[in-house]
Amino acid sequence: MKGLSLHVIPFSEIQDLGIAERVRKILALILANKIIILHGKLRPEEEARLIEDTMAMVDHIKNFQGIELAVIEPDLKNKGIMMKMRHGIAKRLVGYTGALTLIGPASVVKEIRQDPKKLELMLS
Amino acid sequence: MVLKILKEFSRRILSNIFRKRDDIKIGFYGPPNAGKTSLANIICKDWTGEEMGKVSKVPHETRKVQFKEKVEIEYKGKKLVFKMVDTPGIATKIDYEDFIKYGLKKQVAKKRAKEATQGIIDSIKWLDDMDAVIIVLDATVNPYSQVNITIIGNLVARKIPILIVANKIDLKKANVKKVENAFPEYEVVGISARDGENIDEFYESLFKLAKKV
Repeated sequence: MKGLSLHVIPFSEIQDLGIAERVRKILALILANKIIILHGKLRPEEEARLIEDTMAMVDHIKNFQGIELAVIEPDLKNKGIMMKMRHGIAKRLVGYTGALTLIGPASVVKEIRQDPKKLELMLS
Repeated sequence: MVLKILKEFSRRILSNIFRKRDDIKIGFYGPPNAGKTSLANIICKDWTGEEMGKVSKVPHETRKVQFKEKVEIEYKGKKLVFKMVDTPGIATKIDYEDFIKYGLKKQVAKKRAKEATQGIIDSIKWLDDMDAVIIVLDATVNPYSQVNITIIGNLVARKIPILIVANKIDLKKANVKKVENAFPEYEVVGISARDGENIDEFYESLFKLAKKV
């Protein structure tokens, strides 16, 4: 491997972008062979759009195989009401969810092993 | 403009009121090679005498959305008529070289990859048209995959009822409990689409799912 390039995106950087712009920004970085760590997570419809646009690109861009994608978020199931409220307020105010999203080009990231508490990145 | 909106609104309301129960569209969604078409084939063979589609060990065998109109199931005195929609498996990556490992020639593998990418796009587009969805997962594979979470998230956002099927329980590695733990909010039925194991329980759950529409 020649080198590993990580690109950290604070949620504030995509907060005001529409769905198309968010996905475009992510895919531009992926095409530059960067692994993205996004503070926060995409909405389900944005993830679906990301998969759709990725597939359209696999079809049109030579040697592009797609992406690996995983999200890890705090487990609030057994947390107290105050903790849940704090997360709820933060989410409403600044879009903060405590989640981390990892997206990498499939040519660089072979697999992301995911369970509720950890993400394991397997590189090609 | 206002008139157009009102027209569309009343059309939707009226179509919902007068919609026949056999208009229900039930989709089969999930990752590739989980057994969506195998399960659809069991239902079709049981109740229509025909198969839904071809199955294969090579991933992405189903690359086009397939339909079976007016599938009529009678089970324990109850009747359900629906349109069955079998969709291509959703994935975030496609590499034609993966197909070559299964013995496909390069040109055939490339064609399959091209068709598979379009199939995934079509599957996602069809989400909007579903009335209920059966998510078929391979019970031998880690269920905590973002593709599964994305599919479920999109169905929840559209308020579409969900039933999760954990397939391949005939295999030693199958872990239905893990699937249940991953998605505790949903009913999970463990089946083997290969052997027909637990299909009765699946039909029970299918009727419950249709009731939620």
